[in-house]
Amino acid sequence: MWVRSALAYRASFLMMTLGGIAMTALDFVAIVIMFTHIEELGGFSLPEVAFLYGASSASFGLADLLAGSFGRVGGRVRDGTVDVLLVRPVPVSAQVAADRFALHRVGRLIQAGLLLGWALWHLDVAWTPGRVLMVPVMVVSGALIFAAVLAVGGAFQFWARDASEVQNAFTYGGQTMLQYPPTVFGRELVRGATFVVPLAFVNWVPALYVLGRGDVLGLPWWADFASPAVALVSVAVAGLVWRAGLRGYVSTGS
Amino acid sequence: MHRGGVYFTVTAGSFRRYATYRVATAAGVFTNTVFGFVLAHTYLALWSERPRLGGYDQAEALTFVWTGQALLAAVALMGGGALEDLQARIRSGDVAVDLYRPVDLQLWWLAADLGRAAFQLVGRGVVPVAVGALAFELALPSSPVTWLLFLVSTWLAVVVGFGLRYLLALATFWVMEGTGLNTLSTLLNTFFSGMLLPLTVFPGAFGEAVRTLPWAAMLQVPADVLLEQHRGAAAVVSALAFQAGWAVVVLALGRALQAVAIRKVVVQGG
Repeated sequence: MWVRSALAYRASFLMMTLGGIAMTALDFVAIVIMFTHIEELGGFSLPEVAFLYGASSASFGLADLLAGSFGRVGGRVRDGTVDVLLVRPVPVSAQVAADRFALHRVGRLIQAGLLLGWALWHLDVAWTPGRVLMVPVMVVSGALIFAAVLAVGGAFQFWARDASEVQNAFTYGGQTMLQYPPTVFGRELVRGATFVVPLAFVNWVPALYVLGRGDVLGLPWWADFASPAVALVSVAVAGLVWRAGLRGYVSTGS
Repeated sequence: MHRGGVYFTVTAGSFRRYATYRVATAAGVFTNTVFGFVLAHTYLALWSERPRLGGYDQAEALTFVWTGQALLAAVALMGGGALEDLQARIRSGDVAVDLYRPVDLQLWWLAADLGRAAFQLVGRGVVPVAVGALAFELALPSSPVTWLLFLVSTWLAVVVGFGLRYLLALATFWVMEGTGLNTLSTLLNTFFSGMLLPLTVFPGAFGEAVRTLPWAAMLQVPADVLLEQHRGAAAVVSALAFQAGWAVVVLALGRALQAVAIRKVVVQGG
């Protein structure tokens, strides 16, 4: 239904999709401009940064497509339309996820895919079956982690109705951070992105394995393969928080 | 009431309105601060490889980052602001009522946007810079004249930003669904204002071209004024004149487009 409604305003839809592609593309252009002045950023080459960028962008693109609408829960709480979702015989989380399903978000995904392809082509890596397999695994695990963050952010809005922007710090902010090598950031920031919000498992940890780089985060060897497990735990935690949020929901008005 | 008085009341009302969104403001401050840290670290990595890149030393580059975060909401670089209401009113047709009123449509919304910007500058600007100054070594100026010039430059940046967004809002008269345009505008705003990377770092002729576009007036110029990059009074005056020139151009364009758009208004129903 929302797909059809999106396609109804064809010019706007096209512009939003192209905008999505161009938006993330220009983001990367900024990184390319950086590399016109330098050979390496934090010890990483341009294809390596492109790999980090493409992988996190693909994960976030997928998550945004599936769970991006969780960011609008606050608006629904404010105008009282959550009630409508409560009386329908479908899980509220599924309804929220499908609400205003924004097809134009595929723009980011297309761009991420192209960039990831370019990066994989130019990477100087001795490909093993494990490394090849790790690429799709990290993108899907990363998408689940980002989706969990989006859902927790949505649940948080049941309590703090107009704080949807806090979520941006973790989603867009986190994604911006993951576009760059972990060596760029201070130790505290990396720790926060590993243990507080497990964003490091979206791409940093598995990507270091793919790139055959020594561990710069100070984690044990098995952490390289922990992304799927971390993703599952994140989704489970998000489910619990979402339910708690829904229980705490108090309708507006009389 | 006196004419000027009306607009001042609109500005004050808009300031108060945004001041009531306390949780949203706190959330915005948090987000700006997180982004500031992320960007600051990438700049540190970049400037440690290439000291004096783009004419800034490391402290100046970091100050550029935090200035950007402070101005982000005030100049409405990521969209939003008072003009989203105008867009909604155009879509719903309520704008027909606005055209009835004995005030100028463009000045009315400019007044509202200035009130919003004034609040955002204080509410969302001061804390990120303070946090940035605690965490990093910044190059904030000590001269009160520089700060005063920075405020003037910021005010001009807000007006240019308003002018561009007003054009965008009026475009809703033709496309009806403005979300796509807004996405595109955010993209142009962030890339060409210097939000992602200072425009002085952009290479060659492309860089020179980018520095003459109106978006440069929205962040690059105020940041350079704060960083005292313009040596001498003449240089500062020409930087402010660059902003004022673009402000006049975009406001005049908005006025012309408004005249066309008003003729297009169709009031639906009997």
